[in-house]
Amino acid sequence: MKHLLSTDGLDPAQATAVLDTADTLKRTLLGREVRKLPTLRGRTVVTMFYENSTRTRVSFEVAGKWMSADVINVSAGGSSVGKGESLRDTALTLSAAGADLVIVRHPASGAAHRLAGWLEGTGTGVVNAGDGMHEHPTQALLDAATLRERLGTIAGRRIAIVGDVLHSRVARSNVHLLTALGAEVVLVAPPTLLPTGVENWPVSVSHDLDPELPALDAVMMLRVQAERMHGGFFPSAREYSIAYGLSERRFKQLPEHAVVLHPGPMLRGMEIAAAVADSPRAAITEQVRNGVHVRMAVLYHLLAGEEEAA
Amino acid sequence: MAPRVRGATDPAERELLSAGDVARTIARMAHQIIEKTSLGGEPTRPVVLLGIPSRGAPLARRLAGLIAEFSDVRVPVGALDTTLYRDDLRRRPNRPLESTTLPEGGIDDCLVVLVDDVLFSGRTIRAALDALRDAGRPASVQLAVLVDRGHRELPIRADYVGKNVPTSRTEEVHVCLDELDGRDGVYLRREDHQ
Amino acid sequence: MMLIKGVRLYGEGDPVDILVRDGVIAEIGPWLDAASTQELTRQEMTLEIIDADGQIALPGFVDLHTHLREPGREDTETIATGSAAAALGGYTAVFAMANTDPVADNAVIVEHVWRRGREVGLVDVHPVGAVTVGLKGEKLAELGTMARSQAGVRVFSDDGHCVSDPLIMRRALEYTKALDGVIAQHAEEPRLTVDAQAHEGERAARLGLAGWPAAAEESIVARDCLLAKQTGARLHVCHVSTAGTVDVLRWAKERGTKVSAEVTPHHLLLTDERLATYDPVNKVNPPLRTESDVQVLREALAEGVVDCVATDHAPHAPQDKDCEWSAARPGMLGLQTALSIVVETLVRPGLLDWRGVARVMSEKPAEIAGLPDQGRPLAVGEPATLTLVDPHATWTVRGSELASIAGNTPFEGMELPGVVRTTMLRGRVTVSEGKVQS
Repeated sequence: MKHLLSTDGLDPAQATAVLDTADTLKRTLLGREVRKLPTLRGRTVVTMFYENSTRTRVSFEVAGKWMSADVINVSAGGSSVGKGESLRDTALTLSAAGADLVIVRHPASGAAHRLAGWLEGTGTGVVNAGDGMHEHPTQALLDAATLRERLGTIAGRRIAIVGDVLHSRVARSNVHLLTALGAEVVLVAPPTLLPTGVENWPVSVSHDLDPELPALDAVMMLRVQAERMHGGFFPSAREYSIAYGLSERRFKQLPEHAVVLHPGPMLRGMEIAAAVADSPRAAITEQVRNGVHVRMAVLYHLLAGEEEAA
Repeated sequence: MAPRVRGATDPAERELLSAGDVARTIARMAHQIIEKTSLGGEPTRPVVLLGIPSRGAPLARRLAGLIAEFSDVRVPVGALDTTLYRDDLRRRPNRPLESTTLPEGGIDDCLVVLVDDVLFSGRTIRAALDALRDAGRPASVQLAVLVDRGHRELPIRADYVGKNVPTSRTEEVHVCLDELDGRDGVYLRREDHQ
Repeated sequence: MMLIKGVRLYGEGDPVDILVRDGVIAEIGPWLDAASTQELTRQEMTLEIIDADGQIALPGFVDLHTHLREPGREDTETIATGSAAAALGGYTAVFAMANTDPVADNAVIVEHVWRRGREVGLVDVHPVGAVTVGLKGEKLAELGTMARSQAGVRVFSDDGHCVSDPLIMRRALEYTKALDGVIAQHAEEPRLTVDAQAHEGERAARLGLAGWPAAAEESIVARDCLLAKQTGARLHVCHVSTAGTVDVLRWAKERGTKVSAEVTPHHLLLTDERLATYDPVNKVNPPLRTESDVQVLREALAEGVVDCVATDHAPHAPQDKDCEWSAARPGMLGLQTALSIVVETLVRPGLLDWRGVARVMSEKPAEIAGLPDQGRPLAVGEPATLTLVDPHATWTVRGSELASIAGNTPFEGMELPGVVRTTMLRGRVTVSEGKVQS
């Protein structure tokens, strides 16, 4: 593994290896005073965020630092990125300056793929930390880690992904990864928020949340972005919330063991009731915690192996 | 290169220790540990055995079992994976992590005996010492190995050695343990016969 | 005088010789050497001989849809380099789209383009006039002034933008009736393609690229066909890309609408499968569609529901392509590869013969644009405006070797059939053995 660009086509064995590593790392560091491993000493990791996302950037940064990598943060605000330098030039500059891995968040779908193409032959790897409406593979991996921890296994579990699937990179990455790991995935959304051709995805699709609830092992609530509320995808926030929000009443329809996930940031009261988000069955803070271990595992798998002959 | 099955019959392979030899050697090492750490009498420090995966871990468990049998003292056993501390990570293909499990009471102020199957360059033990430092602060550390094959690259020596085996660098020492390989035995294989 | 030897007209019948005198086809027949030699002796002239053994003669190609980028983006293409690319592709006339900077929405700009084309002299460069001022879709440009200018503009288009306001479109159609002109519509309902990046389908959805739905094209084509029928005006539909548009065109033609349509070479060959790499060399507007659209477009062209091939040749600078998909400009080079793609997608599979190639590449576009001296029959007395094609040869596309300044060809590295050997404009050889004769 040289890059992590998407979960589409990711070998389930490879994905499981990353989850196992994350699990081991989590146990290794549990209760330690010094949460620092020397594994990636001398390796340079650059986070390049063209969109604000404190949560993802910090998660990667902590992961890199706990593995002793040198982590450098480039944000669109305070660098030549903000002065209109092209993504390609920025990437080549960082590579020339010695970056072993570039972690990129970008509003354009496919930006990470393009970066990997430009960096071909330089020895610099790329991790997609979210590209437009395409994918967010480490989020899917941390969701899978959380589900595995809570439910024991992922294979055969029934997991609903609810909300704005159309614009969600989290949904796409989770569909690929969870189905590859053997889960049954059901997408629940109004037709305006489902992608074209979703009927050919390896998932079932529903427009009605209530009948799905009793059979679910987990429910993943997607964030509803403000611009969608005004984009005419649904009549009103109120109507959306009534139809697709995870209210306390709906929460009670879930089986006792079912897990509630949310990639954050949450709109309490909109897609998820505050009491549900704070319930012990919501794994939302665990997702964040697991995020660090999963990203450490990703860094380990990308950077600790044998260097490819360049 | 396809992974070879450990202990598979191979004309280029010579048996160094039979199953019976392995059992006797481990028993002798258990006695030495009891003696040297005063486990039979009034130990000054609690003793903890930490096996280095993969084969050091079952070795440590066997030693603990024998120590309990011979001295009636139950020593806590754990495993200490050194992968994350290795200095050759960029020279080898990516390897899966093995698990690290420390005994309930931790290792602070204990006498830790690291257990591994083969002592070669000493680099694994160096990594283990680094890992140990992050895991806690033992009072002292000792090393027990089933086979010492020489060729040290670091100033490291074992406190307990099952068998010293003179080898050349092109040879490989393979330790088979029932728990992982289905049988016991130690074999010497000439690298150039691969 | 010039003698073209051993060529098959429209790829039919036995090889013949063509004698060209004073820019006109003087004689056609077998073994013209003797006759022409006699005449030479009498007139004391030299005879230039073009050995075209095994080649096919076709009327010079006419491209209704070219972006020559001059004025404004001379870093990507000029009228000179674009003319060279056109001649090398077998073209003898091109229509230069109006979306230059400044926009060709007035007589000054169209006359400039027309004059530059004449100076270069490799192909007839006909400027297309903008339909609306600044391509903004709000106010009609001075269509009549452009029509009456030296450039004699007959084709009007806001290409790159759709004339989306139905009332403006209706007025434009009506108004051009008096100019014997035609409105070439870039059919794209803008409200349905906000932020659109790729064909709205399963592939774009998986890749997270905002969809450009087929209905955005089809709804405008349907509306405009109704308006053309209502007003009795002529409508030309640019770059048809969907099977649904073909249905609409068939229906409109059946009820007597004066509508014509073009398809680009890339829409005859490439599909949205190309999206997977996110390489913007494959980004184009309208976007690459599906396999079934491609198949329907090929058949529609063969059948005549779609009238002709037009390149939508769109040069772009490297920095406008070697970037993120959404930041890249849409468009591809097309002039030098058009014939080969038509051979590959229609001639080879048996959908079209060489007479059909003459129809879709030359005769029909000349007729749509109202060019009296292009797309003429290969017959005695007609202008010697023709293209000699080696149907058996193949070539490998290299963007860096094309005559355009830009190199954004989606066919990079492909081996394609059909090589243009000679292009002749009114008796003047513009391309000989694949080299521009300037």
